[in-house]
Amino acid sequence: MAIVERPRIYEGTHIPSPIPTVLQVPEELRESENLLQVNFGPNHPSTHGVLRLVVDLNGEQVVGLRAVVGYLHTGFEKNMEAKTWWKAITYAPRIDYVAFQNNELVFVLAVEKLLGMETPEKARWMRTLLCELNRLHSHLVWLGTSALELGAISVFWYAFRERDLILDLFELVSGTRMHSRYFQVGGLAEDIPRGFYPECRRFVEWMPKAINDYEALLTRNEIWLERTVGLGVLSAEDAIALGQSGPVLRASGVDWDLRKNQPYLTYDEVDFDIPVYDEGDVYARYRVHMDEMRQSVRIVEQCLERLEGMQDAPWLTDDRKIVLPPREELHTSMESLIHHFKLVTEGFRVPEGDVYVAIESPRGELGCYIVSDGGPRPWRVKFRAPSFVALEATATCMRDALVADLIAIVGSLDTVMGEVDR
Amino acid sequence: MVFESVPGLVETKEEHGETTLVVDLARLTEACLHLRDVEGFRFLSDITPTDYLGWGSGGVAGYYGTRLGRDLNFPGGTGGATGSQGYARVPKPKAKRFAVNYHLLALREEAPRVRVQVWLDDGESVASVVPIWPTADWHEREAWDLMGIHFEGHPNLARLIMDDDWEGHPLRKDYPLGGEPVRFSDEV
Repeated sequence: MAIVERPRIYEGTHIPSPIPTVLQVPEELRESENLLQVNFGPNHPSTHGVLRLVVDLNGEQVVGLRAVVGYLHTGFEKNMEAKTWWKAITYAPRIDYVAFQNNELVFVLAVEKLLGMETPEKARWMRTLLCELNRLHSHLVWLGTSALELGAISVFWYAFRERDLILDLFELVSGTRMHSRYFQVGGLAEDIPRGFYPECRRFVEWMPKAINDYEALLTRNEIWLERTVGLGVLSAEDAIALGQSGPVLRASGVDWDLRKNQPYLTYDEVDFDIPVYDEGDVYARYRVHMDEMRQSVRIVEQCLERLEGMQDAPWLTDDRKIVLPPREELHTSMESLIHHFKLVTEGFRVPEGDVYVAIESPRGELGCYIVSDGGPRPWRVKFRAPSFVALEATATCMRDALVADLIAIVGSLDTVMGEVDR
Repeated sequence: MVFESVPGLVETKEEHGETTLVVDLARLTEACLHLRDVEGFRFLSDITPTDYLGWGSGGVAGYYGTRLGRDLNFPGGTGGATGSQGYARVPKPKAKRFAVNYHLLALREEAPRVRVQVWLDDGESVASVVPIWPTADWHEREAWDLMGIHFEGHPNLARLIMDDDWEGHPLRKDYPLGGEPVRFSDEV
């Protein structure tokens, strides 16, 4: 498959210089009396967390901008170094608390890569399914909150209604609505409950209608178009130079999705399309999100079909040096008891080495770089957070924007501050 | 892919299906420009600094030899991989204290990735790659903030995550996990 790099939207780069992430007030305006510096955040209902933007305004026009982050820093990476590999799994979903399942996946995949471990087919299909449900969840949260910020309050209620259906499915599978810790090194933590299949099928039948409803509310809505079309433009060249990924990159006309270009799990076996829009504005990002939701429903449906055919298949690898033995064996088998005890107290050991694994999270390229020294704890864990990189584009997107557009533009970059600050 | 023509290339490693190019610290900029313009790695995914202080000196991470009991690192006695518990050996030593890894991606078929790695000691600096990939701005600021790697030529090397007046670099291995200095009002 060829990567189509479409023609650039405009000539020349819009990335500020010399600091790519800071929009500096032009020389001739610095002495102006009209200049007003405004602190947007860190506590503001439309910053998607605790983001602080220091904005210089000339009238209503944004002439200077600087993003300040770090308010949600909790030291995930440092903490994970002090935990055993399988206890560290619980940290990963909390980093991006909206795309939790994808975060869990990338860490687990990285550990499995270092171990050279194969997972059962059923686990791979279920992981794909849950990651796509999670993508729907993340996009729904994005849609609801971004529309709410621009005044479309009813979309918020509808989006969160379906979000709740997805969380119910997660609860059915893992017992928790978020941060399920359902993926673990070697496969899944538990077998898929039988009640999951009909419930998920009901959801798959319902969801396309719900997406039609959202689109009916927004896609051709006059106010929505006024607030989004032509705003926060990012060209394909600038997007690549700024390391943008995910919906932001695809809204700038770059046909790039790791699920297609570097397939992992079972993405090479399912049929789906990658939506790409050329305009690079807030509206294009909205369209990409909406189209992706439809594609995710398609993927979930195909996964469900495959999973229904393998209900008695194993969901976890049988390597007793890595995965816990089945609970019932502990009462009868001495070996299992020893394995259980060793795994819980010491954890398993991962061979020396370092790997970088990247997946397509709802926000873009989510990478995980881990280093092991051969012991039961990670030497170093680093997440390449797509939100962190997306925020670097604020200064470029915000050139010549009005203060009222600021919220629409920041919202369209779809950032989660937990992931930015880690 | 063959990377023999990369300027300043010291070593090429192929592990777990990933390519690591260890590059001479002084010629990092040349190597990066070559990789971007000739090899087509236009996308910088990530910059990850790693601190290898204490790497292997006390066995492997998470194992503490008890004073009287057996040393869990060397269950079969000290020195050598004679242990009965699998990875009972000390990891290979590292060249210097810090490694800075640049994860590059080319947006084309097969999505080739490469990791550029430079090694440095405390007090040495790395050339900034912000002029090559603008996205490096925050990655380098984060690396400076949390790991104390100094980037020469960065236009705005300020702390990013921690407070501006924070002392120390939290992701270093000699920075404790818990506790922070607390000032009391009766202190001078």
